[in-house]
Amino acid sequence: MNRDIFVIIEHLGGEVADISYVMLAAAREIATALQGEVVGILLGEGIENLGQNLAADMVWLFDDPRLADYSPTTYLHILGELIQQHVPRTVIFGDTSTGAEVAAGLSARLDLPMVSACHRVTVGDQSLGYESRICGGRIQVQGELPSPTALIAMVPGGYNPDSGRSAAPPPSEMLAVPRLEEQPIHLLSYIQPETGDVDISRAEVLVAVGRGIQNQDNLEIVEELAEALGGDVCASRPVVDQGWLPVSRLVGKSGRRVRPKIYLALGISGAPEHVEAIGDSQVIVAVNTDPEAPIFNLAQFGTTSDLFDLVPVLTDHIRQARSERVA
Amino acid sequence: MNIIVIAKMVPDLVEELVVDPGGKGLDLDWIRWKPNEFDDHAIEQAILIKERQGAQVTVVIPNMDGAEDALYAAAAKGADRLVKLRGEFTGSANNHALARALGKYLPELQPDLLLTGVQAHNDLDGSLGPLLAEFMGLPYVGYVAGFNLQGGKAIVRKEHPGGVVAEMEISLPAVLGIQAAEQAPRYVAFSRIRQAMKTTAIEEHEIPHLDISGAAEVSLMKQVESGERAEMFAGDADHVADRIVAVLRELGIL
Repeated sequence: MNRDIFVIIEHLGGEVADISYVMLAAAREIATALQGEVVGILLGEGIENLGQNLAADMVWLFDDPRLADYSPTTYLHILGELIQQHVPRTVIFGDTSTGAEVAAGLSARLDLPMVSACHRVTVGDQSLGYESRICGGRIQVQGELPSPTALIAMVPGGYNPDSGRSAAPPPSEMLAVPRLEEQPIHLLSYIQPETGDVDISRAEVLVAVGRGIQNQDNLEIVEELAEALGGDVCASRPVVDQGWLPVSRLVGKSGRRVRPKIYLALGISGAPEHVEAIGDSQVIVAVNTDPEAPIFNLAQFGTTSDLFDLVPVLTDHIRQARSERVA
Repeated sequence: MNIIVIAKMVPDLVEELVVDPGGKGLDLDWIRWKPNEFDDHAIEQAILIKERQGAQVTVVIPNMDGAEDALYAAAAKGADRLVKLRGEFTGSANNHALARALGKYLPELQPDLLLTGVQAHNDLDGSLGPLLAEFMGLPYVGYVAGFNLQGGKAIVRKEHPGGVVAEMEISLPAVLGIQAAEQAPRYVAFSRIRQAMKTTAIEEHEIPHLDISGAAEVSLMKQVESGERAEMFAGDADHVADRIVAVLRELGIL
């Protein structure tokens, strides 16, 4: 039986994405237990340097101008052939805007079992298992990853990405790109995010609002609080989808990752897509009337006070504290 | 243009989620079902395309609690045709099973474009869109937040982490996973939904057998055990505000 673990390395704009190191850390644990090897797989153009700090036993490169930009159909074609040819024990993708759709497509195409939202992989005597979190991070699901090959879409949080980095460059090998027929999907252009007036990824103080804010008019009290704190307002997905705040203020999987000194989360439940982007905050204080909200599993401090009662009072206290300091 | 939107009902996370005594699934008695919010965006995007350039919009939903209400709400927003899939969709049914069944049925409807929500919070075996695309032999792009038609091809905006957006061109027919419609899903008054109930019929399509293979098996389901929980501040707003101010002082922010 093949014991090798394939990791599909994600990268964008010439940089390896953080999730890739999380996946490599997971792969290393599995490979050590199974006595297999970790194989990092990179697709792109001019990507040889991207493999330099990957904690892999081998990096396979598909380096070709036709792979300069991500296309789901091209990835399905190349990875489908590779997996069929080598039959690895498991293939780890990021549960991201690219990895999730390629993993699911391959599961259907190759008739291989897949699991998404995978947080940890467990290794038994002869078996591999998964632990996934679904339903907004409230429910944990466990089960076996069947052999010969299982596909995993992994979320961050279960492994330390530092264990996926290596000081010494791993050996690498260039693989030939299989024949590609005319593809139905083409990239036209990349549009870089507009940071507008603020770049929340650099902010030291963030006041974040979620669905609990209820409507756009209520943003006023939050803006006042942020102003009193000398910080910026940001939001989770539902607030941006409603058009109440611009996408430049979005924190989460498809928005910005933030690392402030303090992240004040108001009416945010703590869905995995949001939580994965705030883990580097120094301190998180969560305000949510639902005592079971998953945000309290991540936050250092919390309260179930109603944000509409608390926020105006908190703003007053902060203003008072500032004026006392000046005096 | 013939647009098909596939929507699903998902457990409402406002309610408590209880694992059934078997420990492998959610206790269905405790679940309140609601439409998957990403599917609401898919319906909105379909209606926007219809309003902009004309299209027939069909909404297809597996038969679960609340499915008929969701279908009538879609009709009130502008959907032309409503289809309810009859079959055993609660319990162990998964996205592989639904995608496989839809892959057999949907070609009959001759779609030019298939839209579905990019994900649902209870997806465990991949999201529906890419599975459906593969079973139908069609291209798929997910995380779409922006759509245009140009020369018979779709121009979509795909969101990547960090706020980077890729503008991509896709030959039709294709399946798109909608992250966000170009505008928030519209509100429809109940009176309009009631009117839709009178004027729009729900067609039914029987799915006799669901093949659930392709997902990793579930051996245990449980509530997530909280590790180190947050230190909770209780009391009135004044007291809680004082505690938060103390944290801010400790961090040197105040």
